[in-house]
Amino acid sequence: MVPVDYYIILSAVLFTIGALGVLIRRNPLIIFMSIELMLNAANLAFVAFSRMYDSFNGQIFVFFVIAVAAAEVAVGLALIVEIFKTKKNINIDEMNSLKG
Amino acid sequence: MTQTDFYTILPLTVLAVWACLLLLADLFIPKDRKGITAFLSALGLAVTLGLTITQVGRENLGFNNMVVVDGFSTFINIILLASSLFGVALAYGYIKRMGLERGEYYTLMLFSVTGMMLMAQAADLIIVFLALELLSIPLYVLAAFARPNLQSEEAGVKYFLLGAFSTGFVVYGTALIYGATGTTSLGGIFFAASNGTPGLLLTIGAALLLVGFGFKVAAVPFHMWTPDVYQGSPTAVTAFMSSGAKIAGFAALLRVFASAFPSISVDITAVIWVLAALTMIVGNITAISQTNIKRMLAYSSIAHAGYILMAFVPYGNKEVMPVSVAAGLFYLVSYAVTNFGAWAVVISLEKAEGKGLEISDFAGLAKKYPALAIAMTVFMLSFIGFPPTLGLVGKFYLFRAVIAGGYTGLALIGVVTSLVSAYYYLRVVINMYMREGDPTIEREQWLDFTTVTTAVATVALSFVPQWLFFMASTAALRLF
Repeated sequence: MVPVDYYIILSAVLFTIGALGVLIRRNPLIIFMSIELMLNAANLAFVAFSRMYDSFNGQIFVFFVIAVAAAEVAVGLALIVEIFKTKKNINIDEMNSLKG
Repeated sequence: MTQTDFYTILPLTVLAVWACLLLLADLFIPKDRKGITAFLSALGLAVTLGLTITQVGRENLGFNNMVVVDGFSTFINIILLASSLFGVALAYGYIKRMGLERGEYYTLMLFSVTGMMLMAQAADLIIVFLALELLSIPLYVLAAFARPNLQSEEAGVKYFLLGAFSTGFVVYGTALIYGATGTTSLGGIFFAASNGTPGLLLTIGAALLLVGFGFKVAAVPFHMWTPDVYQGSPTAVTAFMSSGAKIAGFAALLRVFASAFPSISVDITAVIWVLAALTMIVGNITAISQTNIKRMLAYSSIAHAGYILMAFVPYGNKEVMPVSVAAGLFYLVSYAVTNFGAWAVVISLEKAEGKGLEISDFAGLAKKYPALAIAMTVFMLSFIGFPPTLGLVGKFYLFRAVIAGGYTGLALIGVVTSLVSAYYYLRVVINMYMREGDPTIEREQWLDFTTVTTAVATVALSFVPQWLFFMASTAALRLF
């Protein structure tokens, strides 16, 4: 059996890639994908720990995360489509009408 | 589901069901009479407030230790519901005037309030996560509610991206905490963490949770979204989210850290100390250079998050903690009241297309509308912490608690930054009283009602702070 540590290291790597992606990429859709990667890294950790403790709590949490992430996608994509309709462009760097 | 379970979440069930029914009922309300939707949503909030008040003094866990009702949650829920009633009152005239009058505004608000209430009642990290999303997702939509206004859409996208980013931290933090302790229930985590040595995994998990909640309550260095979102969102939404989301965020932070992580307080205290100090300093200093009133109030809300964070610093100290939490709760109330008042004045002056929002637009207000100028002065003085206002009493309790905890340096930073804040708050007052100008305001009964109620409360409550502080202390004691 693959030790739990390996899963946790993998999930930490995925989480870091996701977080870096959010900070570096300039397209909201890619940023959004990076956020999903962060959530899935957490899901992986949950499932691995759930296996380690032989309890269901972690797996239940994963279902909640998946369901909520879907709801978030619905709202997020709608917002991005909406701003695209107004601006014809979704680059984050050009979202600069608000400053002080 | 037993009867006790049901009673534990009765108010928020009623509110959620009410919101769903309102969504349907709204379809049959003609477009030009959306005031009915506003009235119905206010009625729902009032009914929920009534039910919450019947829960005062009640204390029990429900749904296998998933949710809890206790003095703390009831106190927070009452503030939240009262704030959201003000939120409806502010929105009523504003969205009509700005041509945003769509019924789903109120429904989204009710859903968000449900999430906030659930946040205060969460006794398990699963529920904390669920409540966090339930409160945030409607707020993302509300921030972009003025579409196709570009600024509002931009605010929505920015709020959404950073909000979802912070959710990622909360979820991963929870995963690590689960890994360290084998449970997600707050009581279980406390138990597992205090028996045996707290591992590195637990500390990292708690730190990630702190990052996630730091985003929600707008603590420096996780505050970048705040000024943009507060400026771009419709002002009535800004007023609602700057109070509601902050109260709920702090409620969850207090509950999670005080009840689950006392065993790692040595590490976390240092981090919160730095966060609180940075938040106060950066918030207050950046606010000085703002010329837009919405942006200035956004930085001011960041600064106030710093003051409230001070209440967390002594959280590992069992003797000081109850007083300090009570001071934090008291400050939340004083902040919420003052904040709604200040935003109500801003809404009175706001014109279509974001006009009337510069601080210079307040020039001459005192001559033309003396009552409104007096109200705004009261709010600004309360933000500074000047007598005789609620803000002063709030800061007094807070600094006293922090000094009692042995963090005199932090209290000193608080005092000095409050002095700095006088500069930009008083600039609004100076504009109103000493500059010439010809402002026009929008008068509308519910807006006037909010302004008058909050101004009177800000002054009147400062003369009898004891009973409010007493209630906050009773609420705080139940946490431990």
